[in-house]
Amino acid sequence: MAILKLSLMSLLNRKATVVLTIIAIAVSVTLLLGVDKLRDQARTGFANTISGSDMIIGARSGSIQLLLYSVFRIGSATNNITWQSYLDLAADPRVKWSIPLSMGDSHHGFRVLGTTGQYFEHYRYGGKQKLAFAEGKAFDDVFDVVIGADVAKTLGYGIGAAVVVQHGIGAVGFVKHEDKPFRVSGILRRTGTPVDRTVHITLKGIEAMHIDWQTGAMATGRITSADAIRRMDLPTDTITAILVGLKSRTTAFSFQRHVNDYKKEPLLGVLPGLALQELWSLMSTVDKTLGAIAAFVVVSGLLGMTTMILAGLDGRRREMAILRSVGARPVHVFGLLVTEATILTLVGSLGGVALLYLGLFLARPLAAEMLGLNLIIGLPSPRDVGILGLVVGAGFFAGLFPAFKVYRQSLADGMMTRL
Amino acid sequence: MANIAIRMQGVRFRWRPQDPIVLDIPEFQVAKGEKIFIKGPSGSGKTSLLNLLAGVARPEAGDIDISGHRITAFSGRQGDTFRADHIGFIFQMFNLLPYLSMLNNVTLACLFSDVRRQRALGRAPSLDAEASRLLQHLELDVSGLASRPVSLLSMGQQQRVAVARSLIGGPDLVIADEPTSALDADARQSFLDLLFREIAETGSTLLFVSHDAGLADSFDRSLAIADFNMAETER
Repeated sequence: MAILKLSLMSLLNRKATVVLTIIAIAVSVTLLLGVDKLRDQARTGFANTISGSDMIIGARSGSIQLLLYSVFRIGSATNNITWQSYLDLAADPRVKWSIPLSMGDSHHGFRVLGTTGQYFEHYRYGGKQKLAFAEGKAFDDVFDVVIGADVAKTLGYGIGAAVVVQHGIGAVGFVKHEDKPFRVSGILRRTGTPVDRTVHITLKGIEAMHIDWQTGAMATGRITSADAIRRMDLPTDTITAILVGLKSRTTAFSFQRHVNDYKKEPLLGVLPGLALQELWSLMSTVDKTLGAIAAFVVVSGLLGMTTMILAGLDGRRREMAILRSVGARPVHVFGLLVTEATILTLVGSLGGVALLYLGLFLARPLAAEMLGLNLIIGLPSPRDVGILGLVVGAGFFAGLFPAFKVYRQSLADGMMTRL
Repeated sequence: MANIAIRMQGVRFRWRPQDPIVLDIPEFQVAKGEKIFIKGPSGSGKTSLLNLLAGVARPEAGDIDISGHRITAFSGRQGDTFRADHIGFIFQMFNLLPYLSMLNNVTLACLFSDVRRQRALGRAPSLDAEASRLLQHLELDVSGLASRPVSLLSMGQQQRVAVARSLIGGPDLVIADEPTSALDADARQSFLDLLFREIAETGSTLLFVSHDAGLADSFDRSLAIADFNMAETER
């Protein structure tokens, strides 16, 4: 107790270096906890991107590629699925529902997804949450468009806004389907998933978009009117992927085998959970690297503290001699320095936690707006407490080094240090 | 035995086995309550003597008794406790911990010693009260100086705070290591007067080491280290 009080008084007497050391530790702890928290939330958010679908089917490629283009809307399919195959598979007795997905176009950098009303019925994300409309409704007409929350926000679209769909993918498309009068019929509520950045239209709309276009260029002279298109029967030839819900999950493997052995064309069926895990394990290198960097920053913070304590030791020989003269044992002097290191790390860690929460509160609106990441601010998790415990433990051990030096020194100096 | 404060017999000491012997004291005694002046130029083995008396260094031969306790038989831990309980120190300068208040610098002596804490509490209702009393006796303006960082006190004031610390809880022995060397002549004499007055009150023995022979007259007895140290000294 006496030692604790002396340590505190001694630290308070060296405010400038002590405050800087504490800030260094606090910042490193904030980084460590922050990276851990972001990692955790990214992992959760990642796993929450799709739920409720039992299988994703696409043309045969890699499971990660299929997951990327169908769910994350990144990259593109190498091949398509014929409509006939879709009908065959959708009619399988094991299938409860199926959502056809057709991709390949974009609108101001947002992916355009052709699908059916089934999408709004069966697509699930997060904890099996259904897509909900912030405004408007699902599509009714060939030219109806349902946009995600980010699309609406970025482009400033409201219900009824005209949408010009570009051919191809990219923010700056060079050919635009400007002739087709697509209108926003509904805006989806924010999901924190790629759905927010998707422009949804009907499968028929996808076909309509491409009428009058041949081999990527607009046919001259012959422009079909919107009403004429509405009256046309526009059969879908190919789609990109299918999301499937099964009647019973126990049939997942047999259905997967059925898909993978499909005779008429080479298909690939993946279980979303497994594919997500596979993808996450690819990302885990980045994830681990970030964690390691954060841990090293903490180590450097603690090294800084040890340096600070060591650098101050010569100037404190007198202090140690006085303490020894009033009966402090070498072990007290040892304890004094270890206590100092522990106090510094403890206060630094608590400061780090405070800084983290401050940061989270400030970053929350930004993260939601810019990343679609819904930061959950809760009490420190047992894992956080464990990390803090480790940091303080490391601080204690870092303090052993100068403490041992002083211990040796105070034994050798005795009390009659000459200055 | 009861009236002997310090007795050293056949003490031989060197810092490391390969070093020459710096202290060789066949016999040295200080009576209880005695105020002894020891003239010790640097290199005379003064530091070694003080470390031996403090119990932080050990002789390779011989016995040292303080107040009838054989400190050479103590373990390190017993030695530290004994020092805390029985000996007060005043150093040449920088006696105070800069991060403690004036009062806390005085009561620091009771932090590691129950004996001195109890004795101090026997004289005053609290340690702070006892510290204030001592400081006032040493003619320090406690209420005026208490709030000031001790590093801003004058050297003379700092040394008087050190005296108060060495005396709180009435230790048997006070060892002063050139406590006046940083003071000017006037301050030196008034410091000595105050020290003697307080030593007389607590009845402690005073071992005062200095190279300033001019002070020796005020003491009961005056010796040079060379008088009782048979070792060949380098300087």
